[in-house]
Amino acid sequence: MSARENILNRIRSQSGKAGETTAAEMAGVRSTIAARARGPLPSIALENPLIRFINECARLKSTVDIVQGTELIPQALAGYLSQNELKMTVVGWPSLSNLNWKAVGIQYENRLACGEDMVGVTDSFCAIGETGTVLLLSSPTTPKLHALLPETHICIVSQQRIVATMEDAFQLLRDEKGALPRSTFFISGPSRTADIEQTIVIGAHGPYRVHVLIIP
Amino acid sequence: MQIQSMHFKKTSSLKLNDLVLQTALKKAKYKFVDGRAEAVAEVDAWQDIRTHAAQLRDHVIANLDAYLIEFERNAIARGAVVHWAETAAEANTIIVDIAKQNNVRSITKSKSMVSEEIALNDAIEAAGMTVIETDLGEYILQLAHEPPSHIVAPAVHKSKEQVAALFEKAHGTPKLTSIEAMTREAREVLRDKFLNADMGISGANFVIAETGTTLTVTNEGNADLVTTVPRIHCVVTGIEKVIATLEDFATLIRLLPRSATGQSAANYLTLTTGVKAYDELDGPEQMHIVLIDAGRTKLVGSDMAEMLRCIRCGACMNHCPVYQNVGGHAYGWVYPGPMGSVLTPAYIGIENAGDLPNAATFCGECAVVCPVKIPLPDLMRKLREQQFNDSLRPWHERLSIRLWSQFATRPQYYAWATRIAARVAAMIGGRRKIISHLPGLDGWTKGRDMPAPAGKTFRELYKSKKIISK
Repeated sequence: MSARENILNRIRSQSGKAGETTAAEMAGVRSTIAARARGPLPSIALENPLIRFINECARLKSTVDIVQGTELIPQALAGYLSQNELKMTVVGWPSLSNLNWKAVGIQYENRLACGEDMVGVTDSFCAIGETGTVLLLSSPTTPKLHALLPETHICIVSQQRIVATMEDAFQLLRDEKGALPRSTFFISGPSRTADIEQTIVIGAHGPYRVHVLIIP
Repeated sequence: MQIQSMHFKKTSSLKLNDLVLQTALKKAKYKFVDGRAEAVAEVDAWQDIRTHAAQLRDHVIANLDAYLIEFERNAIARGAVVHWAETAAEANTIIVDIAKQNNVRSITKSKSMVSEEIALNDAIEAAGMTVIETDLGEYILQLAHEPPSHIVAPAVHKSKEQVAALFEKAHGTPKLTSIEAMTREAREVLRDKFLNADMGISGANFVIAETGTTLTVTNEGNADLVTTVPRIHCVVTGIEKVIATLEDFATLIRLLPRSATGQSAANYLTLTTGVKAYDELDGPEQMHIVLIDAGRTKLVGSDMAEMLRCIRCGACMNHCPVYQNVGGHAYGWVYPGPMGSVLTPAYIGIENAGDLPNAATFCGECAVVCPVKIPLPDLMRKLREQQFNDSLRPWHERLSIRLWSQFATRPQYYAWATRIAARVAAMIGGRRKIISHLPGLDGWTKGRDMPAPAGKTFRELYKSKKIISK
């Protein structure tokens, strides 16, 4: 008998069920899953998603800038970089590489992020108002490391794609992508730790800064 | 991890006199308790969400075999390899073999209490490979060769001076004084390890049957690097961690960070589903999921089954007056506080952890704060009953409980006995009206004095008052 069979048999006998797991039991489980019942929601989940998103970002120590159009992203980013005395070299996703970065003096490198990169630029699949969260899905053109290795993560969020709750984000994901990608990555603010004397320090293994640019 | 739970009484006495620990515990207590209270107050549907969470956990546990099979099927469909381990030793063998077959030399690891349970690091090192803990707290403890003392904040017992000394020795750098600088130094030291590891090992806060997904909840971003950079990702988790749907995860994650650290959201949630596509730039080529029993099936269908709901937030220990005073190491195994007082005896045998269910004041706060409504005091009471019935408590304790029940069920004898006891105790108290030594019960009087009774019982006083008021 394999460990798998022994464990499953023990679960069955402890639960007072005879024999192997039946087809009817499996069908029951699959229909519960297919129902995808949602749990109760708190009032904070029902607030205006855009306003709540901006407020929650502030609480998590993410910064937010509202940009009036995609073509204005380079200018907004240049402003942010010079304000924070950061280098004008960034590594970013290919989807954004066609913007006019040169015009504002930013060197936009379209490649995978490495340990030495200081600023990583990504798009996002959607954002969640309730918790001030951005959602990144992995794919050949949207690697995750851009949002993890550099000290600053710049994230573009489209205003129409700020949903109220995580449940809504999962629904959008099912509707548009069908299945989960390899990595479904929820980011709520810059990385932090409180492991030494319960003192919160911003900037653990991930970014020190998360800057969100909201576009229409 | 080696079991030391049988030494609870001795160790807790030492911990009560450990000044560094006492300072750390006091500090942590207020941060955790106040932080949770504020975070929970924002969520008006808190009680409804708790009830729903308890139900969805119970539903899966009641159909655990079917949910595990469904999870396995969906994980395999995405290219993961699912392994099953009945014991800690089996799990370690599986993981070490995976590493050996792939010529792994260095391993990065994110925090996993299951891996502490099975002493995975020892097994990896014995096989000649290096393993680095990357959660800051766990990294500190790896340098100190100590086990965690809290499931969420593993190094909560360490002072910054102790951390500074450990870093100075391990990194060969000048001694630091600020917590920010220590965090920065750990980041820099660990960055290379992240980027050069052959294999990453993570736990899983949950695994999702619907999608075959395993997931981690962290603040530091370490689990996200551990599960992304190395060519092999190995997940080690308990069989009870399975949940049904993404919606259920959304419910549980409303409860977990608020209960654990008072955060409205954890910084990073990584849902990992299968391996990378051939044209992806990052992500592992192999994903192995090791599902571990190691005592869990014993709880299924038993009168302790509610314990399997646990989502490992640590709120019960943060609010426990016993934990707040003795810290986690006194409990002698991976899981401290009320959840540990139930889990440890259940997993490793009550004969090895007899004091734990008794390390409670039964104030009931753990049940009040538990996000999945585990009736922890009831479960501890059941363990106490089991100990009594199996004659596992000392003979004098069992005798006194028997004697007590004789009197407590006979009101007249009880009145007579307490009358005598009150008078004798008043005599012992003398003019100072203080009892500083009770023969046979010096455990109660060693660290404190007991005010002597007035010489009359409550019933006697009540009777005389009633006559007066008439």
